[in-house]
Amino acid sequence: MTGIQRVSAGRRLKDRLIRSLVYLSFVVAVIPLIAVLWMVIRNGLARFDVEFLTHSMRNIGARDVGGGAYHAILGTLEQVLLASAISIPIGLLTAIYLVEYGQGTRLSRMISFFVDVMTGIPSVVAGLFVLAFWILVLGMPFSGFAGALALSILMMPTVVRSTEEMLKLVPNDLREASYALGVPKWRTIVKVVLPTSLSGIVTGVMLAIARVAGETAPLLLTVFFTDSINRNPFTGPQMGLPLYVFDQASRPTDSAVDRAWAGALALILIVMLLNLAARLIGRWRSSARKR
Amino acid sequence: MATPLRIRTDEPSLRSPSRRHGGGESLFRRASTAAGVLLLLIMAAIAVFLVVEALPALRANRGNFLTTLTWEPNGSQSFGIAALAFGTLVSALLALLLAMPVAIGVALFISHYAPRRLAGVLGYVIDLLAAVPSVVYGLWGVVFLVPAVQGPFRFLNEHLGFIPLFGGDTVAGRSMLTAALVLAVMILPIITAVSREVFLQVPRTHEEAALALGATHWETIRIAVLPFGRPGVISAAMLGLGRAMGETIAVALIFPATFDISLRILTPQGNSIAANIANGFGEATPIGRGALIASGLVLFVITLLVNMGARLIVARRREYSGAAA
Repeated sequence: MTGIQRVSAGRRLKDRLIRSLVYLSFVVAVIPLIAVLWMVIRNGLARFDVEFLTHSMRNIGARDVGGGAYHAILGTLEQVLLASAISIPIGLLTAIYLVEYGQGTRLSRMISFFVDVMTGIPSVVAGLFVLAFWILVLGMPFSGFAGALALSILMMPTVVRSTEEMLKLVPNDLREASYALGVPKWRTIVKVVLPTSLSGIVTGVMLAIARVAGETAPLLLTVFFTDSINRNPFTGPQMGLPLYVFDQASRPTDSAVDRAWAGALALILIVMLLNLAARLIGRWRSSARKR
Repeated sequence: MATPLRIRTDEPSLRSPSRRHGGGESLFRRASTAAGVLLLLIMAAIAVFLVVEALPALRANRGNFLTTLTWEPNGSQSFGIAALAFGTLVSALLALLLAMPVAIGVALFISHYAPRRLAGVLGYVIDLLAAVPSVVYGLWGVVFLVPAVQGPFRFLNEHLGFIPLFGGDTVAGRSMLTAALVLAVMILPIITAVSREVFLQVPRTHEEAALALGATHWETIRIAVLPFGRPGVISAAMLGLGRAMGETIAVALIFPATFDISLRILTPQGNSIAANIANGFGEATPIGRGALIASGLVLFVITLLVNMGARLIVARRREYSGAAA
């Protein structure tokens, strides 16, 4: 016992109470995660077979057993790839502008602010925009590419934000050393700044990809539905995996709901793998730093 | 120093490196500026094209867009946003109410209670909640949550039915509260992430001063951490609100898609702007599509205002803490 007076029982009790509430809140937050993952794995495995991965839904009604999501998986991969091809260059260049060229200018402050605001755009609004602009005004057809456009709108701000953070972490000494050697600014950026922050940028980009891969609403309005395989993302309706889950889930038969669960399992596998890979790259980088 | 330093002023690349790479430099600068400007243009284009495509439908509207309670742009061409906007706001606010205490608790847990080694991993677990696609939450909500909540809802209705919120004659799993529950789970990660950031920014000296005065752990948090973090938590809440209002597929699967304004959150009614777009798009005529785009425009404006408000609070905070440092 020290000479200092001990904390009164009431205060100690309150402290304990809050502590247990805080612990409890974490448990409450984890319950839905475990519940969702458990249900997806348990119900998804029932139909997660070879047929599911290699067949489309052509000529298969809601009541029929069988059928698969090959067309949807293929569509999702193509759409996400296209969306990445559009948004990664734009996102990277914007981040480079914000960090390297625009520091402190009014334009860069404005871009920075609107990038933040853009992250909050509801995904369905991005879909509506592509519908209004690309399909209704320009008269283009529903296609995988239209879906990719919508996804890229959602992806861009995320890419910009994460890349910007990473570029800011590059020490100025490196840039100045490069300038001192007479290397022009753009080559300094390409040869010094970007390689230094590469793994961090890759992590951010992969998280952005993982985020849009699960988006349903923008696809619903832009790629439309199809039960057949469409390999060409530039013409005709395509399917996407999230859309497939939505479509099957809104049909009230058991075999359709089983397909929805299997689709959800495939989708979660894709998204979680992307997530995990992104975190591992990030971790590998930070441990390399320490060495 | 084996080799003496030599300065060769005759080397042209040293004196004017820009001459050799001048083209590349200006090209690169222009490209990166153009990309930034393109983002601004996209934001502007979103607003412009939504307005352009919404106008014909708004002109053809036989009802009042702001007050009409029905949504029949395909048939009688009379539609209004009132019921949808009400549902959007109520479900989002309800979700926020449910998520806020848990999110603050989790943020405190990760920043101030959990062992340092575990904190990173636990934060990642919460982030995984955000990685689950919204359609999967929707599926889970319809197949599992909707039947599961019926018992508790009936209990609430029977024992607390005198409160108008829980009142009503019929109780259903597909109701406003179920949708709000799913939304709460979905916005939990973003609120937690932002709150956690600000809680971690609290200067150590503030906390140590409180501890030195004999404060318990909780008292330290109450007098040092929470007041410092308040603006951050408020903006986190607004970001979560924006998310909840724009969330589409999960609630589209759960809402029974009715068009009335009622605060009875256990009865089978409820809808939102986004859910209505997802459910109504398939059968929409050209006027119907325009009407949906008009409703999307309303959603865009509301979320834009909420998000801008949140960002402004964060920005002001950043300036403030920068000045104090």
